[in-house]
Amino acid sequence: MKGSTVALTSKRPAWMERPTWYGLSLKGLALGFIVLAVLYPFVSVVATSLSTDREIVANGGLVIWPTDPTLDAYRVIFAGGDVTRALVNSLFVASIGTVASVCATVMMAYGLSRRGVTGGRFILMIALFSMLFGAGIIPNFLLVKELGLYNTFAALILPGLISAFNFIVLRSFFMGLPSELLDSAKVDGAGDLRILLRIVLPLSKAPIAVVSLFYAVGYWNAFFNALLYLDDTEKWTLPLILRLYVLQGQPMAQGEAFAGDVPPPQLAIQMAVVVVALVPILLVYPFLQRFFTKGVLSGAIKG
Amino acid sequence: MSFGGVRMSVETETPAVTAKEKPKPRPRRKLTLVQRLKRDKVMILLAAPGLLYFLVFHYLPMLGNIVAFQDYQPYLGFLDSDWIGLENFTDAFADPRFWSAVTNTLVIALVQLVFFFPAPIALALLLNSVLSSKIRRFVQSVVYLPHFIGWVIIVSIFQQLLGAAGLLPNVLDAIGLPRYDMMTDPDAFPWLVTLQLVWKDMGWGTIIFLAALLSIDPQLYEAAAVDGASRWRRLWHVTLPGITPIIILLLILNLGNILSVGFEQLILQRDNVGAAAGEVLDTYVYFNGIQNGEWGPSAAIGIVKAIFGTALILGANKLAHFFGHEGIYRGADK
Repeated sequence: MKGSTVALTSKRPAWMERPTWYGLSLKGLALGFIVLAVLYPFVSVVATSLSTDREIVANGGLVIWPTDPTLDAYRVIFAGGDVTRALVNSLFVASIGTVASVCATVMMAYGLSRRGVTGGRFILMIALFSMLFGAGIIPNFLLVKELGLYNTFAALILPGLISAFNFIVLRSFFMGLPSELLDSAKVDGAGDLRILLRIVLPLSKAPIAVVSLFYAVGYWNAFFNALLYLDDTEKWTLPLILRLYVLQGQPMAQGEAFAGDVPPPQLAIQMAVVVVALVPILLVYPFLQRFFTKGVLSGAIKG
Repeated sequence: MSFGGVRMSVETETPAVTAKEKPKPRPRRKLTLVQRLKRDKVMILLAAPGLLYFLVFHYLPMLGNIVAFQDYQPYLGFLDSDWIGLENFTDAFADPRFWSAVTNTLVIALVQLVFFFPAPIALALLLNSVLSSKIRRFVQSVVYLPHFIGWVIIVSIFQQLLGAAGLLPNVLDAIGLPRYDMMTDPDAFPWLVTLQLVWKDMGWGTIIFLAALLSIDPQLYEAAAVDGASRWRRLWHVTLPGITPIIILLLILNLGNILSVGFEQLILQRDNVGAAAGEVLDTYVYFNGIQNGEWGPSAAIGIVKAIFGTALILGANKLAHFFGHEGIYRGADK
């Protein structure tokens, strides 16, 4: 408590009263509870996926610390069945989708970042007004069908190719770049495309990284579009598989991996699928969160 | 702010203009449309795919709403399906399941408005009062995380925590209380989905409030403290007025969304509690329209929903103006 008291009050301005001990401990308790409530499920899901049947029964469900960790559950889901295929599908959609989305968003944001471009105002209004009202589920579904995208991976990418929010973030960043720099490049004879590639892009690595990660996470998590547009189970992505095995409780075929052996418990397999879906997000999150805690996006959100 | 590239380069050919001198009114050379298109062609071409995307995937589907006035049959298509006027609307309104979905939607939205909406504000105030930036950063990076977790995973996790064989029933069992499965209790459904929303987005929601809190002039606090205002009075008289505009802005946006409570979250759990408690407007449209092929009535509901949403935003904005706040437009034109 002493240590945290010092830390909690390290930069107190002179006019501020000394914090009371009960105030500090209440704050500490509240924050500690929130942090635990967020982290506990993650820890417990990972731990359960590594547990044996005996341990799960002994704990009556979720395990916090497996004493006898085993990778059997992962062996089952990576044996080449539905989960492996869904993982490949998800990775494919997320990578192609992210590249396509980032390219389209950067191009559009740069194209509209300069005042006075002929028709720029009009295009901008078209994009911004789309945020105010959506067409609805039925018309969107019918459109995807009419375009022949039903049951293709393109149906998971094209309908959400550009997010108006990401577009605004990039456009306001591009507009904030020092105009002297761009003008001097212009004087030196650089065309608009050259300016984008040689000056704007190298200066915009951070916001483009944030936007890319936003898109990647979005594609990875996309459940609604996959549910609407993917009929063929061969094309199913991870969220659909997750729903089938974990939420609807369909038992997973064990395959050849455990013939004659004791198969891992269903709960461990289910949690292993959850972990597989979680890992990519947990991997990119450290790169993402730096930007938020430093407030890189707050300017864009405010404006 | 403008990077009027060409114009600038024309002007810089007259080197007599120094930085100190007052800029003379520009000799605006009027360009013809063709000249301007030629000047901007790269920029326009770069923006063109985006324009195409928005037109095809955001504006074209609006035309698809005509099926609300048709007896739409997929094998006949838009052009050959029969026009039936407002029959779809009257059909939809006559369906008791529709009204049940409306009620459920409003109840869930109300519970979320009362119990979810203030949560990020409270957490932001709490974080803002923590002086150590290290602790603040740490808590921030933990609480932002769930926002990036998809609903399928979140519902799976909650199933393990609160579901029949999950953590909560086991704990209740251990302390001698009857087992309770919150995931399948229809009465608890609005609370369950709100709880999940709090877990997912309470932390993320603080970002916008923390930004607003940071923009409050610290001198205001100092002046108030010097004048003898206690910490609670400073909270009331300095902090809250400082974030009121953003609170009102978000309330307005929330009101506009009151008829669309999280689709993914609800469709995943509707069957756990049954349609009587778990059906909301969006899931009703999905099951009725796409699963059962009732295209017309479902599209009609979509239109009604969109009109109501827009009307609610405009109405709430009017209300905010009436009470002397700037409402949504400030955010829009900056």
